[in-house]
Amino acid sequence: MAVMTTPHISADGISRHFGGLIAVDQVDFAVPRGEIRAIIGPNGAGKSTFVGMLCGRIPVSAGRIMFDGKDVTALPAHKRIRQGIAYTFQITSIYGRLSLQDNVRLATSWRWGNDERAIQNTIEESLEKVGLADRMDQMAGDLSYGHQRLLEIAMGISQHPQLLILDEPTQGLADSEIAGFVKLIRELGGDMTILLIEHNMNVVMDTADQITVLNLGKVLATGTPADIRANREVQIAYLGETHA
Amino acid sequence: MIEKAGMTDARKSLYFHLGLIGALFILQFILPAYHHGNLARIMVLACYAMGYNILFGYTGLLSLGHAMFFAAGMYGMGLPMVHLGWTPEPALISAIAAGVVVSAGIGFLALRTSGVSFMIVTLMFAQAGFLTILYFGEWTRGDEGFVIKQAERVMAGFDLSQPVNRYNAALILFSICLLLTIRLVHSRFGRVMIAIRENEERTHMLGYDVHFHKWMAVIMSGTMAALAGAAYALLFGYAGATFASVQYSIFPLLWVLLGGAGTALGPFVGTLFMFYLIDLSSSFTTAYMLIAGLALVLLTLFLPQGLVGEFRRKVVPWLS
Ligand SMILES: Nc1ncnc2c1ncn2[C@@H]1O[C@H](COP(=O)(O)OP(=O)(O)OP(=O)(O)O)[C@@H](O)[C@H]1O
Ligand SMILES: [Mg+2]
Repeated sequence: MAVMTTPHISADGISRHFGGLIAVDQVDFAVPRGEIRAIIGPNGAGKSTFVGMLCGRIPVSAGRIMFDGKDVTALPAHKRIRQGIAYTFQITSIYGRLSLQDNVRLATSWRWGNDERAIQNTIEESLEKVGLADRMDQMAGDLSYGHQRLLEIAMGISQHPQLLILDEPTQGLADSEIAGFVKLIRELGGDMTILLIEHNMNVVMDTADQITVLNLGKVLATGTPADIRANREVQIAYLGETHA
Repeated sequence: MIEKAGMTDARKSLYFHLGLIGALFILQFILPAYHHGNLARIMVLACYAMGYNILFGYTGLLSLGHAMFFAAGMYGMGLPMVHLGWTPEPALISAIAAGVVVSAGIGFLALRTSGVSFMIVTLMFAQAGFLTILYFGEWTRGDEGFVIKQAERVMAGFDLSQPVNRYNAALILFSICLLLTIRLVHSRFGRVMIAIRENEERTHMLGYDVHFHKWMAVIMSGTMAALAGAAYALLFGYAGATFASVQYSIFPLLWVLLGGAGTALGPFVGTLFMFYLIDLSSSFTTAYMLIAGLALVLLTLFLPQGLVGEFRRKVVPWLS
């Protein structure tokens, strides 16, 4: 299916410097609505910095970001979130001293005004999707690390975003939880545009429509999973010259 | 241990605090004159501490400059009464206005910083406020302060220098501040304040304007402190620069820590506790601050969540 419409999210030559270090270097990027796009690359490639700029957590040093046809480069993060971007952190970030229910409530309640029923339904439905519905009243801080990551994903999907950004969501999950996660992402894809930073190549191959490879702050390659698997430059970046 | 969603918990907590207000009302018929007078003063100071608690206990911002908000209310009340001959009613409005303006201005500037810098900046502003009061000694009479005459302290027909009226005025103010705090904590705005305290970055990335919420918290906190300052001037007939000094910025922090930060009742319990700790120890030694300090150290070591905080943790988890 050819997608001729404007991209759902796009970056136009965005860069980010930290002092002398160039973490992201003039990246162009475009994802059509409903696509699941994996972003891969070695440690320190600039993946987190890159998506951080898309969601507004990290200001750009240069370049322009368009979301849903609008220039959002200067928009503060909380406004981008309210326009339909949800973001989960690479290092789990939840409210450890609040219940799971209250965690999700904070994520979703602003969407619903005073409709307490809708809020409650969304909380239950979102926790259900990650398999934590029966722990609604527990303190989030008492959950295992893997469950805390799932809670954060539930918070993300409870916002019913148009664009969901997940930074290494499967890190620390058990194999069975990863399988559940892959299934969930496939269900969500199509409705939502999803950007998925992921080190687990099985997860990438099982979910992504397209893959963007970052290396040293630049886009090394973009293509289908099959393209990327066959790409020699990618093999070098990942495995080193000798194995290529 | 943290505020929960259920209606029933909110209601239980409300009844508990209404019960306490009832008990304070009845106490006035039982207490001997000395303690009756003390309690009126403690209730007013507890309002100051409750204001402080909104910012420190619920939003997680540690200010070292709240004396300037207390003083804004105190002088916003006292100066127009003494120099312009205003009655307490319009003077109360000018005191509240002073609280809003000062806290909005200082909050706007101080919130450009965070953490330790926020503490330092609020401390500096308060020090500047203190020096300003001394500088305009012609009107404020500086450290010495000025007295508001008994005849002028009549509000809605009640002579507020009379112990009974004074006690009940303090109780009304105390009830308003306490119920406002509980209302705030259970409101959506209050939940976002708590969310900021618990995890600021997450809160921002869930779609909340963290900076705006913090600013509003400073304004609510500062205005409640100013209201307490105004009531203090009116009920006890005195305004002086001591109340704008660093010491009076530290007091509400200690009261709130002692009683329990982020609990509605903690500020009152902390104020009460410290008042009598100093009162009792000063009756048999001149080194009473040493005793007070020691008690503080012991309490923070063994009851890190404060008296009410520990009580809530162990006995009544539904308390606001
Ligand atoms: N706040 C910061 N200050 C200074 N340098 C930073 C900052 N954030 C990231 N960097 C640097 O920028 C580069 C890119 O980091 P980034 O976290 O975006 O990489 P990544 O691809 O997400 O890596 P990983 O796979 O380890 O998560 C790294 O060299 C990192 O040390
Ligand atoms: Mg990263």
